[in-house]
Amino acid sequence: MDYLSPFLEYAFLRNAILSASLAGIACGLSGSYVVSRRLVFLSGGVSHASFGGIGLAFFLGMHPPLGAMVFAVLSAILVQYLGERHAIRKDSAIGVIWSLGMATGIIFVYLTPGYVPNLMSYLFGNILTVNSTDLWLLGGASALNLLAFVLFYPLVLSLAFDENYARVRQLPVNFLNYLLMALVAITIVTTIRIAGVILVISFLTLPQAIAGIFTRSLAGMMRWSVVLAVLGSYAGIILSYHLDIPSGASIIFTFALMFLIIRLFFMVREFAGRARSKEQIRS
Amino acid sequence: MELIKLHGLSAGYESKPVLKGITLDVHQGDFIGVIGPNGGGKTTLLKVILGLLPPWSGSLWYAQDLTHKGHKRIGYLPQDPGLDMQFPVRVKDVVLTGLMQRNRSLFWQGKESKAMQALTRVGMQEWATRSFGSLSGGQRQKVLLARAIADRPALLILDEPDTFTDQRFEQDLYSLLRELNEEMAIIMVSHDLGMISSHVKTIACVNGGLHYHHSNLISQEMLEAYECPIDIITHGHLPHRVLGEH
Repeated sequence: MDYLSPFLEYAFLRNAILSASLAGIACGLSGSYVVSRRLVFLSGGVSHASFGGIGLAFFLGMHPPLGAMVFAVLSAILVQYLGERHAIRKDSAIGVIWSLGMATGIIFVYLTPGYVPNLMSYLFGNILTVNSTDLWLLGGASALNLLAFVLFYPLVLSLAFDENYARVRQLPVNFLNYLLMALVAITIVTTIRIAGVILVISFLTLPQAIAGIFTRSLAGMMRWSVVLAVLGSYAGIILSYHLDIPSGASIIFTFALMFLIIRLFFMVREFAGRARSKEQIRS
Repeated sequence: MELIKLHGLSAGYESKPVLKGITLDVHQGDFIGVIGPNGGGKTTLLKVILGLLPPWSGSLWYAQDLTHKGHKRIGYLPQDPGLDMQFPVRVKDVVLTGLMQRNRSLFWQGKESKAMQALTRVGMQEWATRSFGSLSGGQRQKVLLARAIADRPALLILDEPDTFTDQRFEQDLYSLLRELNEEMAIIMVSHDLGMISSHVKTIACVNGGLHYHHSNLISQEMLEAYECPIDIITHGHLPHRVLGEH
Protein backbone atom coordinates (compact mmCIF):
# COMPACT_ATOMS: atom_id res chain seq x y z
CA MET A 1 0.00 0.00 0.00
CA ASP A 2 3.02 2.28 0.28
CA TYR A 3 2.82 2.80 -3.46
CA LEU A 4 -0.64 4.29 -3.14
CA SER A 5 -0.41 6.30 0.10
CA PRO A 6 0.99 9.49 -1.53
CA PHE A 7 -2.17 9.60 -3.68
CA LEU A 8 -4.35 10.02 -0.63
CA GLU A 9 -2.01 12.51 0.99
CA TYR A 10 -1.31 15.11 -1.71
CA ALA A 11 -3.99 17.24 -3.40
CA PHE A 12 -2.10 17.38 -6.72
CA LEU A 13 -2.06 13.57 -6.89
CA ARG A 14 -5.76 13.38 -6.07
CA ASN A 15 -6.39 15.90 -8.87
CA ALA A 16 -4.30 13.77 -11.21
CA ILE A 17 -6.39 10.67 -10.44
CA LEU A 18 -9.65 12.60 -10.82
CA SER A 19 -8.60 14.17 -14.11
CA ALA A 20 -7.49 10.78 -15.46
CA SER A 21 -10.92 9.36 -14.64
CA LEU A 22 -12.74 12.21 -16.39
CA ALA A 23 -10.44 12.13 -19.42
CA GLY A 24 -10.89 8.35 -19.58
CA ILE A 25 -14.66 8.75 -19.85
CA ALA A 26 -14.48 11.52 -22.48
CA CYS A 27 -11.73 9.91 -24.57
CA GLY A 28 -13.10 6.38 -24.24
CA LEU A 29 -16.41 7.51 -25.78
CA SER A 30 -15.19 10.06 -28.35
CA GLY A 31 -12.27 7.82 -29.29
CA SER A 32 -14.57 4.88 -30.11
CA TYR A 33 -16.45 7.14 -32.51
CA VAL A 34 -13.14 8.34 -34.00
CA VAL A 35 -11.70 4.82 -34.41
CA SER A 36 -14.88 3.21 -35.78
CA ARG A 37 -15.36 5.97 -38.36
CA ARG A 38 -11.63 6.04 -39.20
CA LEU A 39 -11.20 9.67 -38.16
CA VAL A 40 -7.84 9.11 -36.40
CA PHE A 41 -5.85 11.22 -38.84
CA LEU A 42 -8.44 14.01 -38.66
CA SER A 43 -8.24 13.97 -34.86
CA GLY A 44 -4.45 14.14 -34.98
CA GLY A 45 -4.78 17.17 -37.27
CA VAL A 46 -7.22 18.87 -34.91
CA SER A 47 -4.98 18.39 -31.86
CA HIS A 48 -1.93 19.81 -33.65
CA ALA A 49 -3.97 22.68 -35.13
CA SER A 50 -4.97 23.66 -31.60
CA PHE A 51 -1.32 24.55 -30.89
CA GLY A 52 -1.90 27.61 -33.10
CA GLY A 53 -4.52 28.75 -30.60
CA ILE A 54 -2.19 28.10 -27.68
CA GLY A 55 0.54 30.26 -29.30
CA LEU A 56 -1.91 33.05 -30.12
CA ALA A 57 -3.25 33.04 -26.55
CA PHE A 58 0.29 33.31 -25.16
CA PHE A 59 0.99 36.23 -27.49
CA LEU A 60 -2.20 38.06 -26.50
CA GLY A 61 -1.72 37.22 -22.82
CA MET A 62 -4.92 35.14 -22.67
CA HIS A 63 -5.75 31.74 -21.18
CA PRO A 64 -4.07 29.18 -23.57
CA PRO A 65 -6.77 26.44 -23.32
CA LEU A 66 -9.29 29.00 -24.59
CA GLY A 67 -7.23 29.63 -27.74
CA ALA A 68 -6.74 25.89 -28.20
CA MET A 69 -10.50 25.31 -27.95
CA VAL A 70 -11.31 27.92 -30.60
CA PHE A 71 -8.65 26.64 -33.02
CA ALA A 72 -9.56 22.97 -32.52
CA VAL A 73 -13.31 23.39 -33.04
CA LEU A 74 -12.86 25.72 -36.04
CA SER A 75 -10.36 23.42 -37.76
CA ALA A 76 -12.57 20.37 -37.18
CA ILE A 77 -15.55 22.17 -38.70
CA LEU A 78 -13.42 23.48 -41.59
CA VAL A 79 -12.17 20.01 -42.57
CA GLN A 80 -15.71 18.60 -42.33
CA TYR A 81 -17.01 21.44 -44.52
CA LEU A 82 -14.27 21.11 -47.16
CA GLY A 83 -14.70 17.33 -47.26
CA GLU A 84 -18.45 17.69 -47.76
CA ARG A 85 -17.97 20.15 -50.61
CA HIS A 86 -15.24 18.03 -52.21
CA ALA A 87 -13.33 21.31 -52.51
CA ILE A 88 -10.07 19.56 -51.58
CA ARG A 89 -9.13 15.97 -50.74
CA LYS A 90 -9.99 15.45 -47.10
CA ASP A 91 -6.63 14.01 -46.08
CA SER A 92 -4.80 16.86 -47.83
CA ALA A 93 -6.95 19.35 -45.92
CA ILE A 94 -6.01 17.58 -42.67
CA GLY A 95 -2.31 17.79 -43.57
CA VAL A 96 -2.69 21.53 -44.12
CA ILE A 97 -4.45 22.33 -40.83
CA TRP A 98 -2.05 19.99 -38.95
CA SER A 99 1.11 21.81 -40.06
CA LEU A 100 -0.40 25.29 -40.39
CA GLY A 101 -1.65 25.13 -36.80
CA MET A 102 1.78 24.11 -35.51
CA ALA A 103 3.48 26.82 -37.63
CA THR A 104 1.12 29.49 -36.33
CA GLY A 105 1.78 28.41 -32.76
CA ILE A 106 5.55 28.41 -33.18
CA ILE A 107 5.54 31.90 -34.73
CA PHE A 108 3.39 33.38 -31.95
CA VAL A 109 5.44 31.71 -29.21
CA TYR A 110 8.57 33.15 -30.83
CA LEU A 111 7.01 36.63 -31.00
CA THR A 112 5.84 36.53 -27.38
CA PRO A 113 8.28 38.67 -25.37
CA GLY A 114 10.12 36.98 -22.52
CA TYR A 115 9.95 33.40 -21.32
CA VAL A 116 6.88 31.33 -22.20
CA PRO A 117 5.91 29.30 -19.16
CA ASN A 118 4.44 25.79 -19.38
CA LEU A 119 5.19 25.48 -23.08
CA MET A 120 6.50 21.95 -22.62
CA SER A 121 3.41 20.92 -20.68
CA TYR A 122 1.19 21.96 -23.61
CA LEU A 123 3.30 19.92 -26.00
CA PHE A 124 3.71 16.80 -23.87
CA GLY A 125 1.16 17.25 -21.09
CA ASN A 126 1.56 17.17 -17.32
CA ILE A 127 -1.15 15.55 -15.26
CA LEU A 128 0.55 16.57 -12.00
CA THR A 129 -0.14 20.29 -12.55
CA VAL A 130 -3.87 19.96 -13.29
CA ASN A 131 -5.86 22.71 -11.51
CA SER A 132 -9.53 23.12 -10.67
CA THR A 133 -10.32 24.96 -13.93
CA ASP A 134 -8.93 22.02 -15.89
CA LEU A 135 -11.00 19.63 -13.80
CA TRP A 136 -14.19 21.58 -14.49
CA LEU A 137 -13.43 21.59 -18.22
CA LEU A 138 -12.76 17.84 -18.19
CA GLY A 139 -15.96 17.27 -16.21
CA GLY A 140 -17.93 19.25 -18.78
CA ALA A 141 -16.35 17.34 -21.66
CA SER A 142 -17.15 13.95 -20.13
CA ALA A 143 -20.73 15.04 -19.37
CA LEU A 144 -21.20 16.10 -23.01
CA ASN A 145 -19.71 12.80 -24.20
CA LEU A 146 -22.03 10.79 -21.96
CA LEU A 147 -25.02 12.77 -23.21
CA ALA A 148 -24.13 12.31 -26.88
CA PHE A 149 -22.89 8.72 -26.94
CA VAL A 150 -24.99 7.04 -24.27
CA LEU A 151 -28.34 8.81 -24.59
CA PHE A 152 -28.21 9.09 -28.40
CA TYR A 153 -26.34 5.85 -29.04
CA PRO A 154 -28.79 4.51 -31.68
CA LEU A 155 -28.47 7.75 -33.64
CA VAL A 156 -24.66 7.73 -33.42
CA LEU A 157 -24.45 4.08 -34.51
CA SER A 158 -26.79 4.64 -37.47
CA LEU A 159 -24.69 7.58 -38.65
CA ALA A 160 -21.29 5.99 -38.03
CA PHE A 161 -22.10 2.61 -39.60
CA ASP A 162 -23.84 3.80 -42.77
CA GLU A 163 -24.13 7.53 -43.40
CA ASN A 164 -26.01 7.04 -46.67
CA TYR A 165 -28.67 4.86 -45.11
CA ALA A 166 -29.03 7.39 -42.29
CA ARG A 167 -29.87 9.91 -45.03
CA VAL A 168 -32.47 7.53 -46.46
CA ARG A 169 -33.97 7.34 -42.96
CA GLN A 170 -34.08 11.18 -43.07
CA LEU A 171 -31.82 11.54 -40.03
CA PRO A 172 -30.07 14.94 -39.65
CA VAL A 173 -26.77 13.58 -40.99
CA ASN A 174 -24.92 16.84 -41.75
CA PHE A 175 -25.87 18.44 -38.46
CA LEU A 176 -24.76 15.36 -36.51
CA ASN A 177 -21.45 15.14 -38.38
CA TYR A 178 -20.60 18.70 -37.38
CA LEU A 179 -21.85 18.29 -33.84
CA LEU A 180 -19.90 15.10 -33.16
CA MET A 181 -16.76 16.50 -34.78
CA ALA A 182 -17.01 19.55 -32.52
CA LEU A 183 -17.42 17.24 -29.53
CA VAL A 184 -14.30 15.29 -30.53
CA ALA A 185 -12.41 18.60 -30.80
CA ILE A 186 -13.57 19.66 -27.31
CA THR A 187 -12.53 16.28 -25.91
CA ILE A 188 -9.09 16.58 -27.51
CA VAL A 189 -8.47 20.08 -26.16
CA THR A 190 -9.49 19.26 -22.61
CA THR A 191 -7.21 16.21 -22.65
CA ILE A 192 -4.22 18.22 -23.93
CA ARG A 193 -3.51 19.26 -20.32
CA ILE A 194 -2.82 15.61 -19.54
CA ALA A 195 -1.19 14.24 -22.66
CA GLY A 196 -0.16 17.30 -24.66
CA VAL A 197 -0.77 18.27 -28.28
CA ILE A 198 1.55 15.57 -29.61
CA LEU A 199 0.47 12.59 -27.49
CA VAL A 200 -3.27 13.20 -27.02
CA ILE A 201 -4.22 11.10 -30.05
CA SER A 202 -3.18 7.93 -28.25
CA PHE A 203 -5.88 8.54 -25.59
CA LEU A 204 -8.39 8.35 -28.46
CA THR A 205 -6.92 5.30 -30.17
CA LEU A 206 -4.97 2.96 -27.88
CA PRO A 207 -7.72 1.99 -25.40
CA GLN A 208 -10.02 1.51 -28.42
CA ALA A 209 -7.48 -0.69 -30.18
CA ILE A 210 -7.29 -2.88 -27.06
CA ALA A 211 -11.10 -3.03 -26.73
CA GLY A 212 -11.36 -3.85 -30.44
CA ILE A 213 -9.50 -7.11 -29.82
CA PHE A 214 -12.37 -8.65 -27.89
CA THR A 215 -15.57 -6.60 -28.54
CA ARG A 216 -18.09 -6.95 -31.37
CA SER A 217 -20.22 -3.84 -31.00
CA LEU A 218 -19.62 -0.10 -30.84
CA ALA A 219 -21.27 -0.02 -27.40
CA GLY A 220 -18.89 -2.72 -26.19
CA MET A 221 -15.91 -0.81 -27.55
CA MET A 222 -17.11 2.36 -25.78
CA ARG A 223 -17.62 0.64 -22.41
CA TRP A 224 -14.30 -1.19 -22.44
CA SER A 225 -12.37 1.82 -23.79
CA VAL A 226 -13.54 3.88 -20.81
CA VAL A 227 -12.53 1.14 -18.36
CA LEU A 228 -9.15 0.57 -20.02
CA ALA A 229 -8.39 4.29 -20.41
CA VAL A 230 -9.13 4.95 -16.72
CA LEU A 231 -7.21 1.92 -15.40
CA GLY A 232 -4.28 2.51 -17.75
CA SER A 233 -4.08 6.15 -16.69
CA TYR A 234 -4.03 5.21 -12.99
CA ALA A 235 -1.21 2.74 -13.60
CA GLY A 236 0.62 5.31 -15.73
CA ILE A 237 0.35 8.03 -13.07
CA ILE A 238 1.63 5.72 -10.31
CA LEU A 239 4.51 4.71 -12.57
CA SER A 240 5.22 8.34 -13.45
CA TYR A 241 5.30 9.40 -9.77
CA HIS A 242 7.55 6.63 -8.54
CA LEU A 243 9.95 6.58 -11.51
CA ASP A 244 9.89 10.38 -11.84
CA ILE A 245 9.12 10.33 -15.59
CA PRO A 246 6.67 12.57 -17.59
CA SER A 247 3.06 11.53 -16.92
CA GLY A 248 1.69 11.70 -20.48
CA ALA A 249 4.41 9.48 -21.90
CA SER A 250 4.17 7.11 -18.95
CA ILE A 251 0.40 6.63 -19.42
CA ILE A 252 0.79 5.97 -23.13
CA PHE A 253 3.56 3.49 -22.44
CA THR A 254 1.20 1.69 -20.06
CA PHE A 255 -1.54 1.62 -22.74
CA ALA A 256 0.88 0.08 -25.23
CA LEU A 257 1.98 -2.52 -22.69
CA MET A 258 -1.67 -3.38 -21.97
CA PHE A 259 -2.29 -3.77 -25.71
CA LEU A 260 0.62 -6.21 -26.05
CA ILE A 261 -0.39 -8.30 -23.04
CA ILE A 262 -4.06 -8.56 -24.03
CA ARG A 263 -3.27 -9.26 -27.69
CA LEU A 264 -0.87 -11.99 -26.60
CA PHE A 265 -3.45 -13.44 -24.20
CA PHE A 266 -6.08 -13.75 -26.94
CA MET A 267 -3.54 -15.15 -29.40
CA VAL A 268 -2.54 -17.87 -26.94
CA ARG A 269 -6.18 -18.63 -26.16
CA GLU A 270 -7.04 -18.92 -29.84
CA PHE A 271 -4.02 -21.14 -30.43
CA ALA A 272 -4.94 -23.36 -27.50
CA GLY A 273 -8.54 -23.58 -28.73
CA ARG A 274 -7.39 -24.64 -32.17
CA ALA A 275 -5.04 -27.27 -30.75
CA ARG A 276 -7.85 -28.67 -28.61
CA SER A 277 -10.28 -28.95 -31.53
CA LYS A 278 -7.57 -30.71 -33.57
CA GLU A 279 -7.13 -33.22 -30.76
CA GLN A 280 -10.87 -33.80 -30.64
CA ILE A 281 -10.91 -34.55 -34.34
CA ARG A 282 -8.06 -37.03 -33.90
CA SER A 283 -9.72 -38.87 -31.02
CA MET B 1 -54.02 3.02 -55.64
CA GLU B 2 -51.03 5.15 -56.53
CA LEU B 3 -48.10 5.44 -54.13
CA ILE B 4 -45.84 7.75 -56.13
CA LYS B 5 -46.39 9.90 -59.19
CA LEU B 6 -43.52 11.40 -61.17
CA HIS B 7 -44.54 13.78 -63.92
CA GLY B 8 -42.24 15.47 -66.46
CA LEU B 9 -39.43 15.12 -63.97
CA SER B 10 -35.82 16.09 -64.75
CA ALA B 11 -32.81 15.60 -62.50
CA GLY B 12 -29.02 15.38 -62.61
CA TYR B 13 -25.73 16.30 -60.97
CA GLU B 14 -24.21 19.80 -61.01
CA SER B 15 -24.68 20.88 -64.64
CA LYS B 16 -25.08 17.38 -66.10
CA PRO B 17 -28.68 16.34 -66.74
CA VAL B 18 -29.35 12.61 -66.40
CA LEU B 19 -33.12 12.20 -66.33
CA LYS B 20 -35.09 14.23 -68.85
CA GLY B 21 -38.81 14.71 -68.46
CA ILE B 22 -39.72 11.27 -67.16
CA THR B 23 -43.21 10.20 -66.09
CA LEU B 24 -43.95 7.17 -63.90
CA ASP B 25 -46.75 6.04 -61.59
CA VAL B 26 -46.04 3.45 -58.92
CA HIS B 27 -49.10 1.61 -57.61
CA GLN B 28 -49.73 -0.59 -54.63
CA GLY B 29 -48.79 -4.17 -55.45
CA ASP B 30 -46.46 -3.16 -58.31
CA PHE B 31 -43.25 -5.08 -58.99
CA ILE B 32 -41.35 -2.92 -61.46
CA GLY B 33 -38.08 -4.04 -63.01
CA VAL B 34 -35.88 -1.11 -64.03
CA ILE B 35 -33.48 -1.78 -66.91
CA GLY B 36 -31.28 0.42 -69.05
CA PRO B 37 -27.65 1.05 -70.03
CA ASN B 38 -24.99 2.20 -67.58
CA GLY B 39 -25.19 5.95 -67.06
CA GLY B 40 -28.79 5.89 -68.31
CA GLY B 41 -30.12 7.16 -64.98
CA LYS B 42 -31.36 4.05 -63.15
CA THR B 43 -29.66 4.89 -59.86
CA THR B 44 -30.49 8.58 -60.31
CA LEU B 45 -34.17 7.65 -60.58
CA LEU B 46 -33.95 5.66 -57.32
CA LYS B 47 -32.21 8.56 -55.57
CA VAL B 48 -34.95 10.97 -56.62
CA ILE B 49 -37.66 8.62 -55.36
CA LEU B 50 -35.77 8.11 -52.07
CA GLY B 51 -35.53 11.88 -51.63
CA LEU B 52 -31.71 11.89 -51.73
CA LEU B 53 -31.56 14.00 -54.89
CA PRO B 54 -33.94 16.95 -55.39
CA PRO B 55 -35.47 17.06 -58.90
CA TRP B 56 -34.65 20.04 -61.14
CA SER B 57 -38.13 20.37 -62.59
CA GLY B 58 -41.38 18.48 -62.93
CA SER B 59 -43.47 17.09 -60.12
CA LEU B 60 -42.91 14.34 -57.56
CA TRP B 61 -45.91 13.29 -55.49
CA TYR B 62 -46.06 10.81 -52.62
CA ALA B 63 -49.30 9.23 -51.38
CA GLN B 64 -50.38 9.97 -47.82
CA ASP B 65 -49.94 6.29 -47.12
CA LEU B 66 -46.26 6.52 -48.05
CA THR B 67 -45.38 9.57 -45.96
CA HIS B 68 -46.50 8.57 -42.52
CA LYS B 69 -46.31 11.67 -40.30
CA GLY B 70 -43.60 13.19 -42.49
CA HIS B 71 -41.56 9.99 -42.58
CA LYS B 72 -41.20 8.25 -45.95
CA ARG B 73 -42.08 4.57 -45.66
CA ILE B 74 -39.55 3.40 -48.24
CA GLY B 75 -37.08 0.56 -47.71
CA TYR B 76 -33.82 0.55 -49.67
CA LEU B 77 -31.18 -2.04 -50.51
CA PRO B 78 -28.24 -0.17 -52.07
CA GLN B 79 -26.11 -1.70 -54.81
CA ASP B 80 -22.74 -1.22 -53.15
CA PRO B 81 -23.21 0.28 -49.72
CA GLY B 82 -19.44 0.73 -49.34
CA LEU B 83 -19.52 -0.39 -45.73
CA ASP B 84 -16.47 -0.78 -43.50
CA MET B 85 -16.24 -4.50 -42.76
CA GLN B 86 -14.16 -3.83 -39.65
CA PHE B 87 -16.80 -1.60 -38.11
CA PRO B 88 -17.72 -3.03 -34.69
CA VAL B 89 -21.40 -3.82 -35.11
CA ARG B 90 -23.61 -6.87 -34.53
CA VAL B 91 -26.09 -8.15 -37.11
CA LYS B 92 -29.07 -7.27 -34.92
CA ASP B 93 -27.88 -3.68 -34.50
CA VAL B 94 -27.57 -3.25 -38.27
CA VAL B 95 -31.25 -4.16 -38.61
CA LEU B 96 -32.14 -1.84 -35.71
CA THR B 97 -30.64 1.12 -37.62
CA GLY B 98 -33.37 0.47 -40.20
CA LEU B 99 -35.95 1.40 -37.56
CA MET B 100 -34.59 4.89 -36.89
CA GLN B 101 -36.95 7.74 -37.75
CA ARG B 102 -36.38 11.45 -37.77
CA ASN B 103 -37.78 13.46 -34.84
CA ARG B 104 -39.42 10.37 -33.36
CA SER B 105 -38.20 6.94 -32.40
CA LEU B 106 -34.61 7.87 -31.69
CA PHE B 107 -34.41 5.00 -29.23
CA TRP B 108 -34.49 1.24 -29.54
CA GLN B 109 -36.67 0.29 -26.59
CA GLY B 110 -39.31 -2.18 -27.71
CA LYS B 111 -37.93 -2.50 -31.22
CA GLU B 112 -35.85 -5.65 -30.82
CA SER B 113 -38.78 -7.89 -31.68
CA LYS B 114 -39.37 -5.98 -34.92
CA ALA B 115 -35.70 -6.37 -35.84
CA MET B 116 -35.74 -10.08 -35.01
CA GLN B 117 -38.88 -10.56 -37.13
CA ALA B 118 -37.13 -9.01 -40.11
CA LEU B 119 -34.07 -11.22 -39.54
CA THR B 120 -36.26 -14.32 -39.30
CA ARG B 121 -37.91 -13.34 -42.56
CA VAL B 122 -34.57 -13.43 -44.41
CA GLY B 123 -33.47 -16.55 -42.50
CA MET B 124 -30.67 -14.87 -40.54
CA GLN B 125 -32.13 -14.98 -37.00
CA GLU B 126 -29.44 -17.36 -35.75
CA TRP B 127 -26.75 -14.83 -36.66
CA ALA B 128 -28.28 -11.96 -34.70
CA THR B 129 -25.43 -11.51 -32.23
CA ARG B 130 -22.61 -12.23 -34.70
CA SER B 131 -20.38 -9.48 -35.94
CA PHE B 132 -21.58 -8.09 -39.30
CA GLY B 133 -18.07 -8.09 -40.77
CA SER B 134 -17.68 -11.84 -40.20
CA LEU B 135 -20.53 -12.75 -42.59
CA SER B 136 -20.22 -13.83 -46.22
CA GLY B 137 -21.30 -11.53 -49.06
CA GLY B 138 -24.67 -13.22 -49.51
CA GLN B 139 -25.39 -13.22 -45.78
CA ARG B 140 -24.56 -9.52 -45.53
CA GLN B 141 -26.93 -8.83 -48.41
CA LYS B 142 -29.69 -10.70 -46.53
CA VAL B 143 -29.05 -8.66 -43.38
CA LEU B 144 -29.20 -5.42 -45.38
CA LEU B 145 -32.48 -6.60 -46.89
CA ALA B 146 -33.76 -7.24 -43.36
CA ARG B 147 -32.73 -3.67 -42.50
CA ALA B 148 -34.70 -2.41 -45.53
CA ILE B 149 -37.93 -4.24 -44.59
CA ALA B 150 -37.68 -3.94 -40.78
CA ASP B 151 -39.92 -0.86 -40.64
CA ARG B 152 -42.58 -2.50 -42.90
CA PRO B 153 -42.26 -0.05 -45.79
CA ALA B 154 -45.00 0.52 -48.36
CA LEU B 155 -42.37 0.55 -51.10
CA LEU B 156 -39.15 -1.46 -51.33
CA ILE B 157 -36.36 -0.29 -53.62
CA LEU B 158 -33.55 -2.66 -54.64
CA ASP B 159 -30.51 -1.57 -56.65
CA GLU B 160 -29.02 -4.62 -58.37
CA PRO B 161 -29.46 -6.98 -55.42
CA ASP B 162 -27.86 -9.84 -57.37
CA THR B 163 -24.52 -8.25 -58.20
CA PHE B 164 -22.22 -9.75 -55.60
CA THR B 165 -24.00 -12.96 -54.78
CA ASP B 166 -24.24 -16.59 -55.79
CA GLN B 167 -27.10 -18.45 -57.49
CA ARG B 168 -28.32 -20.06 -54.30
CA PHE B 169 -28.83 -16.61 -52.78
CA GLU B 170 -30.61 -15.40 -55.91
CA GLN B 171 -33.22 -18.14 -55.67
CA ASP B 172 -33.85 -17.39 -51.99
CA LEU B 173 -33.98 -13.68 -52.76
CA TYR B 174 -36.52 -13.90 -55.55
CA SER B 175 -38.89 -16.18 -53.68
CA LEU B 176 -38.66 -13.85 -50.70
CA LEU B 177 -39.36 -10.84 -52.93
CA ARG B 178 -42.46 -12.54 -54.34
CA GLU B 179 -43.67 -13.01 -50.76
CA LEU B 180 -42.87 -9.42 -49.80
CA ASN B 181 -44.65 -8.14 -52.91
CA GLU B 182 -47.95 -9.22 -51.32
CA GLU B 183 -47.40 -6.51 -48.70
CA MET B 184 -45.42 -3.84 -50.48
CA ALA B 185 -44.69 -2.46 -53.93
CA ILE B 186 -41.18 -3.22 -55.23
CA ILE B 187 -38.91 -1.37 -57.63
CA MET B 188 -35.84 -3.36 -58.63
CA VAL B 189 -32.91 -2.35 -60.83
CA SER B 190 -31.15 -5.31 -62.43
CA HIS B 191 -28.75 -6.16 -65.22
CA ASP B 192 -29.99 -9.73 -65.35
CA LEU B 193 -32.86 -9.52 -67.84
CA GLY B 194 -33.62 -13.23 -67.53
CA MET B 195 -34.22 -12.80 -63.83
CA ILE B 196 -36.11 -9.58 -64.35
CA SER B 197 -38.54 -10.97 -66.90
CA SER B 198 -39.35 -14.06 -64.87
CA HIS B 199 -40.03 -12.27 -61.60
CA VAL B 200 -41.25 -8.71 -62.12
CA LYS B 201 -44.72 -7.71 -63.28
CA THR B 202 -43.84 -4.66 -65.38
CA ILE B 203 -40.69 -3.10 -66.82
CA ALA B 204 -39.41 0.45 -66.95
CA CYS B 205 -36.57 1.17 -69.33
CA VAL B 206 -34.49 4.16 -68.28
CA ASN B 207 -32.14 5.82 -70.75
CA GLY B 208 -32.34 9.55 -70.15
CA GLY B 209 -36.07 9.19 -70.70
CA LEU B 210 -38.28 6.50 -69.23
CA HIS B 211 -40.39 4.01 -71.16
CA TYR B 212 -42.91 1.98 -69.22
CA HIS B 213 -43.89 -1.46 -70.46
CA HIS B 214 -47.03 -3.00 -69.02
CA SER B 215 -45.77 -6.57 -69.06
CA ASN B 216 -42.63 -8.45 -68.14
CA LEU B 217 -41.76 -9.60 -71.67
CA ILE B 218 -38.68 -8.06 -73.15
CA SER B 219 -38.19 -8.12 -76.88
CA GLN B 220 -35.38 -6.81 -79.03
CA GLU B 221 -37.84 -4.57 -80.89
CA MET B 222 -38.95 -3.04 -77.67
CA LEU B 223 -35.39 -2.37 -76.57
CA GLU B 224 -34.49 -0.84 -79.91
CA ALA B 225 -37.60 1.26 -80.17
CA TYR B 226 -36.95 2.60 -76.69
CA GLU B 227 -33.25 3.14 -77.40
CA CYS B 228 -32.40 0.80 -74.57
CA PRO B 229 -29.31 -0.99 -75.86
CA ILE B 230 -28.48 -3.86 -73.53
CA ASP B 231 -27.50 -7.48 -73.98
CA ILE B 232 -30.10 -10.09 -73.28
CA ILE B 233 -28.72 -12.95 -71.22
CA THR B 234 -30.91 -15.78 -70.08
CA HIS B 235 -30.33 -19.15 -68.52
CA GLY B 236 -32.52 -21.98 -67.32
CA HIS B 237 -36.17 -22.56 -68.18
CA LEU B 238 -37.38 -19.02 -68.32
CA PRO B 239 -40.03 -17.45 -70.49
CA HIS B 240 -37.98 -15.94 -73.29
CA ARG B 241 -37.99 -15.26 -77.00
CA VAL B 242 -35.10 -16.00 -79.33
CA LEU B 243 -34.66 -13.53 -82.17
CA GLY B 244 -32.92 -14.01 -85.51
CA GLU B 245 -29.76 -12.25 -86.68
CA HIS B 246 -30.23 -8.66 -87.69
